[in-house]
Amino acid sequence: MTALLEIRGLTIDIARDEGPARVVDGIDLTVMAGESLGIVGESGCGKSLTMLSLVGLLPNRIRATAGSAMFGGKDLLKMTPGALRRVRGSEIGFIFQDPMTSLNPVIRIGDQIAEALIYQKGMTKPQAAIRAVELLALVGIPAPEDRAQAWPHELSGGMRQRVMIAMGLAGHPKLLIADEPTTALDVTIQAQIVDLVRDLKTRLNMSVVWITHDLALIAGLADRIAVLYAGTVVEDAPVAEIFDRPTHPYTRALLDSLPTLAGEAMSRLPSITGTPPEPGRRPPGCPFAPRCPLAQPACSDAVPKLAPVPGSDPRHRVACPIVIERAVA
Amino acid sequence: MTALLEIRGLSKHFGLTLGAFGDRAATVRALDDFSVDIIEGETLSLVGESGCGKSTTGFCILNLHQPSGGSVKYKGQEIAGLDEAAMRPFRRDLQIVFQDPYSTLNPRMTIGEALSEPILFHGLASRAELPARVTDLLADVGMTPRFANRYPHELSGGQRQRVAIARALACQPRFIVCDEAISALDVSVQAQILNLLLDLREKYGLTYLFIAHDLAVVRHISNRVGVMYLGRLTELAPAGDLFARPLHPYTRALLSAVPKPDPRAPVNRQRLTGEVPSPLNPPAGCRFHTRCPIARDRCRAEVPEWRAVTPGHHIACHAVSRADKTNWEGQS
Repeated sequence: MTALLEIRGLTIDIARDEGPARVVDGIDLTVMAGESLGIVGESGCGKSLTMLSLVGLLPNRIRATAGSAMFGGKDLLKMTPGALRRVRGSEIGFIFQDPMTSLNPVIRIGDQIAEALIYQKGMTKPQAAIRAVELLALVGIPAPEDRAQAWPHELSGGMRQRVMIAMGLAGHPKLLIADEPTTALDVTIQAQIVDLVRDLKTRLNMSVVWITHDLALIAGLADRIAVLYAGTVVEDAPVAEIFDRPTHPYTRALLDSLPTLAGEAMSRLPSITGTPPEPGRRPPGCPFAPRCPLAQPACSDAVPKLAPVPGSDPRHRVACPIVIERAVA
Repeated sequence: MTALLEIRGLSKHFGLTLGAFGDRAATVRALDDFSVDIIEGETLSLVGESGCGKSTTGFCILNLHQPSGGSVKYKGQEIAGLDEAAMRPFRRDLQIVFQDPYSTLNPRMTIGEALSEPILFHGLASRAELPARVTDLLADVGMTPRFANRYPHELSGGQRQRVAIARALACQPRFIVCDEAISALDVSVQAQILNLLLDLREKYGLTYLFIAHDLAVVRHISNRVGVMYLGRLTELAPAGDLFARPLHPYTRALLSAVPKPDPRAPVNRQRLTGEVPSPLNPPAGCRFHTRCPIARDRCRAEVPEWRAVTPGHHIACHAVSRADKTNWEGQS
């Protein structure tokens, strides 16, 4: 397998009156061709900003200040806005959490998809209209010819998310980035969308990056999982390794605190004390140290780097010298 | 076991106007014929997808929505439809915690002031006793007294939810509706708040109506679980029974759609096709028949009656019988 996307040392800062606050602190991530990568973390861990920075969609006052993101031999972070615009959609597709705010309410569904095709693929209007209907059929929308004429408000949340996926796929991208696309959906609709993305990934031979806070959801979706905490990758491993041998204290605590259908009723859940640090108030050294049961004074000295876990799959890497020492012992 | 609340035939229909000139009247049947006894000291959960009426049920029980019909008896006294003045003595006992504490806490009041308000309103402590009472309440939810001087915007989401719980506890209630109270929280914080709710229940002998869409959370916290679909209760059973032996086809589909935190879990969902129909014009007969894999002609015509399959395990379904139960079990 070859690497499709290689992010190295990505750093993202928010400009504030009292000085910049670091939200992403030197992230390394690789997405292989044809792979699905799950990026898991809680609110504010930088999971969405990391992906938005790749396609130049960071909000005002938030900037990538260091690092590189190599995609097809080019550094996305150094591209001009014009060049990035061509990458966006045609090579990297994006699906967001809330389709209602991403769809234009006064343009018919079919025309919105066609617009992307005309712009990215240089199709004529009639060609694009036909292709738009095909894309609606591809994402499992019943009666696609009729639905192409519908307005966004006439569709349910699940159908709108399917339309967003159709738009994300319009340029036939090599990489589809899905940012919590099912968070606003009910569980039975979520299951339909997850099945759809899994199926499309195989059929279209894409790589998928799925951003989520839901570990249970990502278990059935990803080949590999990167766990983020306060702007750093704390663990990166094949999906089975994460669930069979979670190694970083944060990953372990996250899995332990997850209620499950098989769990014991009325029992107290193991929980992590405290809350994640706010941007700009990151503790020195390992950001998880203040909440970590294994923390030692040395943890506050330097931000730990990802390193292989001895005795595990060679792709299993963790940013915690203490658990690595224990694995050796 | 005594029923703290006896709910019979509770309904809520909202009137709407449609059309460009608001000239067409329509009715949203948000809740129909909801009957259940809530037992003192239990946690009863209501689950279901958006628009199933689970939150409406909580609001109607507390008279925050005037029910369109039916009866709610609290310790034997009718409270459905009481006006605000007549409701006041009951408000002390019946409290609610919402999903988003940010929109329910006054941004200009300190946490101490927010907690004092219900205490003074119900005359539960003198002004001299207030600071000690506020300190106790904060301690109950695992917060130090210094938080009394903070404002809501200075707190994290988890801390704000703790304050919302403390505020509900301020008037020493018997019954708390938790309306998606932990849904907006991150996983690590969600576990803290769930533990807190379990502790408080034990300490004060509280009764909860827990409204949620996350079935794993519900499995964890409930004694009994009710499943709702499009304004109607479809199944009600002790939590262990419901999750081990779901009977209603909707419950089974709902449970199989829950993602399992196991990469090797087989993908053999009973996929539900289509989406929830509009409550403006719910299907006749059983409201689930349009998506049900085992629907029969009778399901399209007759509303299924509420019946006990085993003691304590109720369903509203024509198609599932006692005999089917073994079939279902054989499949899973």
